[in-house]
Amino acid sequence: MTHPMRELRFEDVTVRYGHTTAVDGVSLTVPAGHVVGLVGESGSGKSTLARAAVGLAPMHGGRILLDGEPVPTRGRNRPLQMVFQDPYSSLDPRMSIGESVAEAIPPGASRADRRAEVGRLLELVHLDPARAAARPSELSGGQRQRVALARALAGRPAVVIADEITSALDVSIQGAVLNLVRELQRELGLSMLFISHNLAVVRYVATHVAVMHHGRIVEEGPTAQVLAAPDHDYTRELLAAVPGTQHTKGSPR
Amino acid sequence: MKRWLSVLRTPLGLTASVLSAGVLVLAVLAPILWTDDANAVDTGNILAGPSADHWAGTDNLGRDIFYRTLVATRLSVELALAATAVAVVVGLLLGTASFLLGRRIGRLVNAAVNIAVAFPGILLALFFAVIFGVGATGAVFAIGLAGAPAFGRLTQTLVASVGARDYVSAARVAGVGRVRLLFRHVLPNVSEPLVVNATIGAGGALLSFAGLSFLGLGVQQPHYDWGRLLYDGISSIYVNPYAALAPGAAVIVAGLAFNLFGESVAKALGVGVVGGVPALPPSPDALEVEERPAERHHDHDDVVLDVRDLTVTFPGPEGPIHPVRGISFAVRRGEAVGVVGESGSGKSLTALAVSRLVGDPGRVEASRLELLGADLRASDTRAQRHLLGTSLSMVFQDPMTSFNPTQRMGGQLAEVARHHQGLGRRAALARAVDRLRSVRITDPEHRAHQYPHEFSGGMRQRAMIGMGLMGTPALIVADEPTTALDVTVQQQVLDLLTSIRAAEDVALVLISHDVTVVGEVCDRVLVMYAGTIVEDLPAADLAASARHPYTRALLAAVPDMHTDLDAPLATVPGRPVDPADVPVGCAFAARCPLATDRCLAEQPPLETDAAGLRVACWHAGEPIDIAIQDREQVDAR
Repeated sequence: MTHPMRELRFEDVTVRYGHTTAVDGVSLTVPAGHVVGLVGESGSGKSTLARAAVGLAPMHGGRILLDGEPVPTRGRNRPLQMVFQDPYSSLDPRMSIGESVAEAIPPGASRADRRAEVGRLLELVHLDPARAAARPSELSGGQRQRVALARALAGRPAVVIADEITSALDVSIQGAVLNLVRELQRELGLSMLFISHNLAVVRYVATHVAVMHHGRIVEEGPTAQVLAAPDHDYTRELLAAVPGTQHTKGSPR
Repeated sequence: MKRWLSVLRTPLGLTASVLSAGVLVLAVLAPILWTDDANAVDTGNILAGPSADHWAGTDNLGRDIFYRTLVATRLSVELALAATAVAVVVGLLLGTASFLLGRRIGRLVNAAVNIAVAFPGILLALFFAVIFGVGATGAVFAIGLAGAPAFGRLTQTLVASVGARDYVSAARVAGVGRVRLLFRHVLPNVSEPLVVNATIGAGGALLSFAGLSFLGLGVQQPHYDWGRLLYDGISSIYVNPYAALAPGAAVIVAGLAFNLFGESVAKALGVGVVGGVPALPPSPDALEVEERPAERHHDHDDVVLDVRDLTVTFPGPEGPIHPVRGISFAVRRGEAVGVVGESGSGKSLTALAVSRLVGDPGRVEASRLELLGADLRASDTRAQRHLLGTSLSMVFQDPMTSFNPTQRMGGQLAEVARHHQGLGRRAALARAVDRLRSVRITDPEHRAHQYPHEFSGGMRQRAMIGMGLMGTPALIVADEPTTALDVTVQQQVLDLLTSIRAAEDVALVLISHDVTVVGEVCDRVLVMYAGTIVEDLPAADLAASARHPYTRALLAAVPDMHTDLDAPLATVPGRPVDPADVPVGCAFAARCPLATDRCLAEQPPLETDAAGLRVACWHAGEPIDIAIQDREQVDAR
């Protein structure tokens, strides 16, 4: 990793689409080497915030900083990388998974170096490097999401943004992807903004959590503290809605 | 490549391909073989009719028209292809401009293209022909540029749709430049429809070219193409009609060949897997739907839905596929049964089969399939539609697509009552408003006059449930009703289903991939794997007494608010079974920590124990590491 993990800071970020304000003056910090969970319902602006960070959504105000420097959203040097929600549409069906990963490797490396790097990255996400020539259609949803993670890591990011990366997956596969995220975080010291609507998932991977509602952050803090003693009504509502926390019908929980 | 080859499997595709190939071969060979024959001047036979020497007669210099038509193939095809190439290149430049140049300039280019598309092509061609001057080169550009806007417009639409896909965004985030993005990701993924349209365009260009030459604006003497021959022949049409008919026929054959070839390629590529999928043989027991009154209702009268040996079959390229393989279950009045499983487990098809919604080419077979005692396998009669329409209600996953966007909500709900209960317009609307209120939609009188897009996702899903309540349903089948909804809204919908069930004594079949959702709402849970039920147990016992290793793995794999943060989550290794390739023995064996040789060889039957619980496993209830770990977590709480 050439980029050491760095701190990502959103300062008063605003994103508008026409007359709709999707993100309304959001300030949020992802400390170096930490996973910050961002929760909220669809339309709350959490995905838009992520897309603004990587230059896929236009910003109308505020700044996004990496260790105090503005994040570049043009050119080859992209210290912010994103993993998308749907692994069925985030990989080009016409390219082998090896090519998809190799494409994200910064230019300058020799062909042999690239191949070695692709192998290393695939191994990192527990895929057999021998399968680099496989097309996405030969892979299961969970395997595709691993490839997407490997591609994000290939750009040697300072921070990774994961946008609902498990919600399109079957529960049996979701666990493996979450384990992988935690393992990568521990081994590489990854800084990560982990977006999800599932509080149980966020609780499992994130040390900090921020709750977004109608384009604003309504509460943030250490995960254990926010979940144990929520301050904001909306956070309480989210907590009450996690399946299995209320009206359990005589289960031993 | 395989998909392209499938073009040859239809009679039309084969004919068009052979014709197109023939025209191309002729274009290459004819000038080599017959140029001398075509130019030979026979002064003794000027403007002669057809004869043994000259099959289509001769022109005003006594040259053989048949040979001239054959030789003209090359120039005609060459010019048509050149014009198509111009159209494709200019069209691609126009169509990809907005992708390459950014939004602002792109919008200008698009507006220009849209205006150009509105002009008739032949008018544009004439306009350009005047600008470029009379002659073959001018005509190539005229026809090419006239075809460019339509091609540009198509490219623009296709590029915009692919450009919005996640893999293009992902490459953009990785820092890949726009030009490289276009050539590596966008163009390869839009190439098929573009190639097809270019082929069809070549046929059109051929016809246009013949037209321009015929008008004297195209090829000039001493060169000749089919249009030019037609122009020469028409002046002597009363002397020798074949002088005009021969090149005319050539234009028609070649034009049709290209057009039909393009069309059949479009058809073959558009349909996906074409050919090779044989239809299912007729159902052996389709006629066996006989009444067995003695057997009916012999026990429990309170059974709403009775399913025995339900099988759903689809034709596949390598023989029939059975996504649902002989499942049996019953739902009693007021009971809530959950069906859980991974994608591909057959749970949704089970729901569709029960609602008679499995369409062609799928086929549903069962030894019994009864709703309120009525046989659902019987043919589709009015009475049966009435029964399904009033007694069974279905809630689909995506509330965005389950309503007609052009009709008011109240009207769509009222239609059910008008159709099935014969209510008048006003009474039906009043009932619709009442039902909207019963699913907790605030201000239902006002809301009934709104369109679906004015409802939020959760409200739409509640309205869908309300629509099911327009009759007096005995059974609600809900297929992943909350998957597309937010967590907070999901809870409201689940609460609503629970309260309706209690208030109206309706049975509920809730299909979900999320075992916690099912456990919260249902009395009983059916766990499906690879098209079979592998376990059937009370929801309350899920955590404590699940015996099938798959059920236990599912429970352990889902993190909840009590999951141990220091241990890795339990996972189910491997991938779900492909319905087209179900292994012998237990379908779960390959992913199961308890699997033995017996599991690989013999499929375990679904055994009912003394307590009425059912499980299909040779090692049901044997301890697993994952299970032990899970139990420790439960104890620790």
